[in-house]
Amino acid sequence: MTKKATPLLDQLEKGRWPSFVKDMKQAAEKSPMADDLVGQLELSYKDKIGHWKHGGIVGVKGYGSGVIGRYSDRPDLFPNVQAFHTMRVNHPTGWFYKTDTLRRLCDVWDKHGSGLTNMHGSTGDVILLGTTTEHIQSCFDDLTEAGFDLGGSGSALRTPSACVGPGRCEWACIDSLDICYSVTMEFQDKIHRPMFPYKFKIKTSACPNDCVAAIARSDLSIIGTWKGEIPVDQSEVAAYAAAGLDIQKEVCDLCPTKCMEWNGKVLKIYDEDCTRCMHCINLMPKALRPGPERGATILIGGKAPILEGALLSWVVVPFMKLEPPYTELKDLIVRIQDWWDENGKSRERLGELIKRLGMRVFLRAVGLPPVPQMVKNPRTNPYVFFWPEDIQKEVK
Amino acid sequence: MAKTDIGPPDYKTMLPPVIARNYGKWRYHEIPKPGVLIHTAESGEKLYTVRAGSPRLISTDHIREICEIADKYCDGYLRFTSRHNIEFLLSDSEKVAPLLAELEKRGYPVGGTGHAISNIVHTQGWVHCHTPATDASGPVKALMDEIYDYFVTMKLPNHVRIALACCLNMCGAVHCSDIAILGIHRTVPKPDNTRVPNVCEIPNTVASCPTGAIRGDMKNKTVTITEEKCMYCGNCYTVCPAMPIADPDNDGISIWVGGKVSNARTAPSFSKLAIPFLPNNPPRWPEVVDAVKNIIEVYASHARKHERVGEWIERVGWERFFALTGIPFTDKHIDDFDLATDTFRSSTLFKWG
Repeated sequence: MTKKATPLLDQLEKGRWPSFVKDMKQAAEKSPMADDLVGQLELSYKDKIGHWKHGGIVGVKGYGSGVIGRYSDRPDLFPNVQAFHTMRVNHPTGWFYKTDTLRRLCDVWDKHGSGLTNMHGSTGDVILLGTTTEHIQSCFDDLTEAGFDLGGSGSALRTPSACVGPGRCEWACIDSLDICYSVTMEFQDKIHRPMFPYKFKIKTSACPNDCVAAIARSDLSIIGTWKGEIPVDQSEVAAYAAAGLDIQKEVCDLCPTKCMEWNGKVLKIYDEDCTRCMHCINLMPKALRPGPERGATILIGGKAPILEGALLSWVVVPFMKLEPPYTELKDLIVRIQDWWDENGKSRERLGELIKRLGMRVFLRAVGLPPVPQMVKNPRTNPYVFFWPEDIQKEVK
Repeated sequence: MAKTDIGPPDYKTMLPPVIARNYGKWRYHEIPKPGVLIHTAESGEKLYTVRAGSPRLISTDHIREICEIADKYCDGYLRFTSRHNIEFLLSDSEKVAPLLAELEKRGYPVGGTGHAISNIVHTQGWVHCHTPATDASGPVKALMDEIYDYFVTMKLPNHVRIALACCLNMCGAVHCSDIAILGIHRTVPKPDNTRVPNVCEIPNTVASCPTGAIRGDMKNKTVTITEEKCMYCGNCYTVCPAMPIADPDNDGISIWVGGKVSNARTAPSFSKLAIPFLPNNPPRWPEVVDAVKNIIEVYASHARKHERVGEWIERVGWERFFALTGIPFTDKHIDDFDLATDTFRSSTLFKWG
């Protein structure tokens, strides 16, 4: 056990939820780095302030991404975390693991780092918390030997992520896992060598439930969807009703487009009014499923608040078929990134650039046609811009 | 020289055989009890998933323990979820009950499915970040201890997604959560005029400010801040480390409610401000825990079945949300940033509370 007195952190070892403090102290038994981390965190709890200094550029040969520099502001007290850098490791798509793979990862990290991890970081990577500057390259060498590679950081394409999709979910309208893996492999260079104005995130959810928060959290959001009628198994609908589901109240009345009717025996769906919100399918997975023609809606511009406020992604392609090798999607990603790279200011996300220059300019630049699905309603202000070719030349 | 650009391990090599055989051919799923999912394929084969909570910040010893469990019951196959839960993937129904018994014995909470509170997505906080306004793991642990029963049961009107970000950068996308816990700074950065000239590029620092609050002082090779323009985002500190923003007496936590990411019934939406400030009170943040628990309990007793927190509030009205929760409404709840007037009411259609 750590010899440090940690009266504040000790209180977080109590309680029913698993304690991160126990894990930190477990790692501290083997690693002096983890031991000093425990000590520094106790000091933060006492001082109510973080004790990490800003970045500093560290990395591995040939990459500009994947390692985040971190230094203690109290190396006098905690010399073993003087340098305590993060390695971001690209997770296997869908966060699927075999135990032998995970153990190889643990072996590498026990050899080179603090033995502490995040499974996983918010973007999806395995986060290896804390190693020294000297160990970064050798840790990377051992990681690649074990079959792993680094993820994105800084002004790069960040590690793409995807929901479990066809791996387990009956609602998958697209192969979210394969799309994510294929995009990840295609754009390795953009992940590892930051050359954009700022970060760029791509997330793929295989249905509108959006389990990886693609619309909220990614610059380019790929959401599985469908065209055509929702197939209804009436006997299974009846079985849900018999089992106590109030079809009228819980399904039909909560349908946002009121496109369903239930007469106590038969469920009728007016599919032309359906906006594919998933509510009825979520409630009755045995009876209903997404329609037959599957594809994706592509939305862009989502981000958290920094700098100019949070944005949710906007529809730019209502329906795109997505079959391997996903050429249409990858071409669109390249066109979008090229335009952003050309026009974006430093630390300006794609959504902010579109706000500054206009969706009209963006659509023309990347060659996407304007369609009503892009807006909730047409503009209400009269400040309409026309293209030069829209205006009649002066008649003499 | 190491290989480069090999990418992550191919997920196809990580899939349990039952998934490989039924990939993309799942028929339906059931939740027989909290934390247990049964997915049935077109072929009739079944996949059993047992979902367990995790503190996310875990040691390699802990990962090895998870591997040991997965070897014993799951032929070595597992996955993690987008909310940091561990999912044990089984093809043998006979092994589900013994796995649950072992997880209970080892202290793993099993749940987070259906109408439950799943794990809290969160960030690094004081453990490993340079701009935090609060810790992340600590408030999450304190809160999950208190709302544990909602993780291991499915008794809420709908699921409640909670997220915590330790500053406005929001590495955990808290901005679209049912309940968001957000660390905030409330005082302006303090340029250290002895260090700024050596470690910062003045033009970049000036340009980093979204509100134009920073001016260059070329004579002294430093910057000055117009206090009334600063909105405490900390972006300048990321560009210029010699102007720290952390302030132990004034940093703290704000609470936001009613956001969601899914398209189910209603469009994805942002969380809205409920409580502008609560103090940092480590190690267990009692004010934050009480405030979040109060919101959950008022929601649980007033929302209709299937209503998310935001859908419930939209139905009853924000005026009633403040009345029911007893949370004071202040001038801080009225937007005064970009496009603020979008949230002002222009009709007489409101409730008295």
